[in-house]
Amino acid sequence: MSMLSLIVFLPLAGAIVLAAMPTIGPAVARWAWVAVSAVELVLVGVLWVGYEDPGQNALAYEQQVPWIPGVNSSYHVGVDGLSLPLVAMTTIVFLACAVYALRQPDRPRIQAALFLFLQGVSLGVFVAADLILFFVFFDLSIVGMYFVIAGWGHGNAARSALKFFLYTFLGSLALLLGFIGLYVAAAPHTFDIPELVAATPLDDSPLTGGLVLAAIVVGLAVKTPTVPFHTWLPPAHTDAPATGSAVLAAVLLKMGTYGFVRIAMPMLPEAWRSWAWAIVAIGIVSVLYGAFVALAQTDLKRMVAYTSVNHMGYIVLALGAAGLVAEGAEQARSVAVTGAVVQMVSHGLITAALFLLAGVMQDRAGTYDMGSYGGLAGPAPRYAALFAVGAFASLGLPGFSGFIAEFQIFAGSIAVAPVTAIALPGILVTAALFLRALQQVFTGPTEGRSPGFADLRVRELWSVGPLLALSVLIGVLPRVLLEVIEPASAALVSLVGR
Amino acid sequence: MQMRPALLLPEILVFVGGLVVLLGGSFLPRQRQWIARAVAAVALLGATVAAAVAMAGPEQSAFSGTFAVDVATGAARIIAALTTLLVLGVASGELAGSPRESDTYALLLFATTGVMVLAGTTDLLVLVAGFLLVSIPLYGIVGLTGGRSGAEAAMKTYLMGALSGILLMLGVTVLYAVAGGTDYALLRDALPGAPAAAVGVGVLGVLAGLLFKAGGVPLHFWIPDAAQGTGGTAATFLTTVPKIGALVAVYRFVATISEGDGSWLVVAGVLATTSMVVGNLAAYWQTDPRRLLGWSTVAQVGFLLVPVAAAGRSGLALPSFLFYLAAYALANVAAFAVTAALPHHRELSDYRGLARSRPGLALALLVALLGLVGTPPLAVFVGKLTTATAAWDGGHGWLALVVMLNSVLSLFYYLRWFAPAFARPTDNGANFPGPGGTATWPAATAGVAATASLGLGILAGFLWAALEGPLLF
Repeated sequence: MSMLSLIVFLPLAGAIVLAAMPTIGPAVARWAWVAVSAVELVLVGVLWVGYEDPGQNALAYEQQVPWIPGVNSSYHVGVDGLSLPLVAMTTIVFLACAVYALRQPDRPRIQAALFLFLQGVSLGVFVAADLILFFVFFDLSIVGMYFVIAGWGHGNAARSALKFFLYTFLGSLALLLGFIGLYVAAAPHTFDIPELVAATPLDDSPLTGGLVLAAIVVGLAVKTPTVPFHTWLPPAHTDAPATGSAVLAAVLLKMGTYGFVRIAMPMLPEAWRSWAWAIVAIGIVSVLYGAFVALAQTDLKRMVAYTSVNHMGYIVLALGAAGLVAEGAEQARSVAVTGAVVQMVSHGLITAALFLLAGVMQDRAGTYDMGSYGGLAGPAPRYAALFAVGAFASLGLPGFSGFIAEFQIFAGSIAVAPVTAIALPGILVTAALFLRALQQVFTGPTEGRSPGFADLRVRELWSVGPLLALSVLIGVLPRVLLEVIEPASAALVSLVGR
Repeated sequence: MQMRPALLLPEILVFVGGLVVLLGGSFLPRQRQWIARAVAAVALLGATVAAAVAMAGPEQSAFSGTFAVDVATGAARIIAALTTLLVLGVASGELAGSPRESDTYALLLFATTGVMVLAGTTDLLVLVAGFLLVSIPLYGIVGLTGGRSGAEAAMKTYLMGALSGILLMLGVTVLYAVAGGTDYALLRDALPGAPAAAVGVGVLGVLAGLLFKAGGVPLHFWIPDAAQGTGGTAATFLTTVPKIGALVAVYRFVATISEGDGSWLVVAGVLATTSMVVGNLAAYWQTDPRRLLGWSTVAQVGFLLVPVAAAGRSGLALPSFLFYLAAYALANVAAFAVTAALPHHRELSDYRGLARSRPGLALALLVALLGLVGTPPLAVFVGKLTTATAAWDGGHGWLALVVMLNSVLSLFYYLRWFAPAFARPTDNGANFPGPGGTATWPAATAGVAATASLGLGILAGFLWAALEGPLLF
């Protein structure tokens, strides 16, 4: 078994063991979850250390086993500079959730099994090199998250979970339709990702190519989500448990944006270039809409959820700009793609931290309503400090990973298409809304639900702290990450330019 | 052109098994009727082995070219025999010790024989014989096991069956008249030159008869009533096994006539679409799980008709169709077996909290329903994926879109069922019987079928190779 298969199937095996053995006690289950997640992190660390850039349209740590030869679909996995950072981010976020949930009292064994299952399938999405394999893991992540929200959520969890399931399932089927279109157009028929990238099957048929791209973009846009397909996101986040929200925002949303760089752009370069302006427009609208709607929220979790729409908008904007092929703009487009991938990692770390912190609020005081708090920095200084760090990281302050990402996104995009500068106010609005939230919740006299608010406990500190520390690390020493991403972005840009 | 009855060994085994069960059962005391069940199981297993051996050999035809022993027949025989075996598992809980136990088993075997004949025939007259061989035992099964509400269901089934039998025979007569014979090879060559209106009437008549058996629109009305009104055994059987034979017959028939006239493929596509849409929309607000499943099987017939629209136009059409049949049978049996294990829970809301009391049963239900939706890596997913691909490959890209939209539609009502099952139980919630007792058999059957549905999906590649082969006319 190759390294990647081990990374994907270890958590799945852990999930089966935990689910199948009712005799496992709560404490053992919680620590088993932490242990498996920690082992995963070590394995991914080994993977990272041994990683060498495989070159254009090639994968490292590749493994391929026939699955359904009748339709040329195989169990094919591998990583490159676009997927490895997401694999690493995923394992870190899941470990943080495992630590965070160490005190969670509600059915810990089943919860641990469900999250390990989610971890396995999420990693599966990022390492899949076959469209059907990608879809299998993609769909299973939806099922897993449905049960997380429905089973451990609060408020109107059943309804939010239903909306989430139906909406994202619709998206996944649009995606599948696009995959079938690619398969039918390719000669010989295949679902293999590198083969389809090499073949670019729909280059000569703009109409079918456009329709297939539309199906894939709709499917990915629901998952990402971009305006106007984002309406499932706020209720799902509001009613999900803290760990569920963290995984949903950090990992599941990335499946959408990752799909753009893995599937839509390299397989349909012709169609992507033709429709690049539309993608850029969707990105700009998402950035501005997400920011302004977030500004209007009084519920902390809804606010962070809408900033996700805003942050995902930057990624879509950059990827659209990468399709605007102009003379001598290769470098700028590559910078935009690098920025987009860094943003995926950065948003994962920061938003997971913010949602876990929001979960602390729900634990202590039972509400996310920012108006119910005031002067929280007095009783909970550590909480206030970490929240402030998270907020500054999220608004893109230099020194944090968000700055590296957004700077590159705008540097690349504006160089290719100056008009993308109209998305810049999005950064200002996010800065304003985070500062306002900090002021409202943490400063002033201690009132409302703030008195008696217990400060962060050790497990909470050790789950949120490392996420934010990594964001700072990337912000200060971006080379470690950029060295992996940059060759892959350059390769992607040249694939799109074909 | 010879008789070669040895080629019909699986059919003979099942039929003789039925006779033995019928006669032997009369001499068995009530508490030892399990012997009849064991004989039935042995006959079905024997038929499976014989069919598998025949599949490994070359394609042949028997009885002067009226019966084809090819990959479609082989697959239908194995799926039908094994599905009936699972139905016996459901019956073991429900019927054990009941007055009509061995009679029901005999009827199940006779109907299964008819299903195999329907699937393999390449002659319209044998098709009629197969149709009757499935229908007549089926009326008995619905009526025998259902109690009072079963009588109504049997009546409805019988009336619809009689009507569609007449339509089928009318169609056969017309086609005989215009083609001068009933052999498929002859129809293929003669129909393109025959008067189009007469051919249209004939083909639609035959399709109507087969769609009754399959439970597809427009002759589907008996399915939800029968699924709701009759017992668990009969409901499982009639929504699964007859479809296998009827749909393979539809495939073979459409493949034959569309060689000369491709517009029949569009007709198949339209029939597929209406079955999907009607079944899904009607299932929406059902509150009885069996009735909901009944409508869901109507929708599933639509999905199964999708590859028929690509018959002969895409190399994927036949293997994807046969794979979907097997996958559907497993998922559907699993879902019905869960309802048979909880015979007194006749409202969707009664399932609230099932996961806390009976986690295994809830998991089987989840696998069955997600399987019917088409969630990977379960078998129906592979079926849906490959059938939609076949349709697009065969020139009907719009059908792939219809399949996807209908899958989303279907998710909603399946969720109405399994979401409560996994929700927190209410304080005065329904009590679930503990494991054990007569419900052990159906519960175990649900588990076996659900596991097989998962296994078939993961190991799809192995089975796929066995399903590729030419179709005989």
